[in-house]
Amino acid sequence: MSTGPGLESLVDQTISVITNDGRNIVGVLKGFDQATNIILDESHERVYSTKEGVQQLVLGLYIIRGDNMYFAFQSVVGELDEELDSALDLSNLRAHPLKPVIH
Amino acid sequence: MLFFSYFKDLVGREVTVELKNDLAIRGTLHSVDQYLNIKLENTRVVDQDKYPHMLSVRNCFIRGSVVRYVPLPPEEVDIELLHDATRREARGG
Repeated sequence: MSTGPGLESLVDQTISVITNDGRNIVGVLKGFDQATNIILDESHERVYSTKEGVQQLVLGLYIIRGDNMYFAFQSVVGELDEELDSALDLSNLRAHPLKPVIH
Repeated sequence: MLFFSYFKDLVGREVTVELKNDLAIRGTLHSVDQYLNIKLENTRVVDQDKYPHMLSVRNCFIRGSVVRYVPLPPEEVDIELLHDATRREARGG
């Protein structure tokens, strides 16, 4: 079964990925494999802070490694509801950055 | 394989998944796989004010390796069944 049924339904969708070091990257899922390595197109990183609004850094085509590499894999992949997302006022959003994963 | 089967039986239930980065996500268990990767639907983050990062996410895939807990209400868990199954698994596996 691996991640077959898991991520198949999300291909070509805009998804939000949370990486091991607590970063939030949004992009279109282009591909994945058994180790949960994923390919994201048109991606940008959303940097949250408590002092200023959400910053969006454009990344382009990204590969995120699903394996045990330090700082290199995603923990949560979520399908972004476009309507809800466009309703978000990112410039007024204040939040602590996500914590890194501790095993 | 024990917990894979256990979670398969929980599909359709509302569960909370607590991750190793302290994020807690509540949702309906859609599916699980051999790595205990979890797919949730109708997700909402437990402490939304603290974690607005997933505000626009409604369905998600959670990698098994980052799950810390899946808390379950005691009345929904058959402890004896789990004990027996674990003993059998330990002996056989």
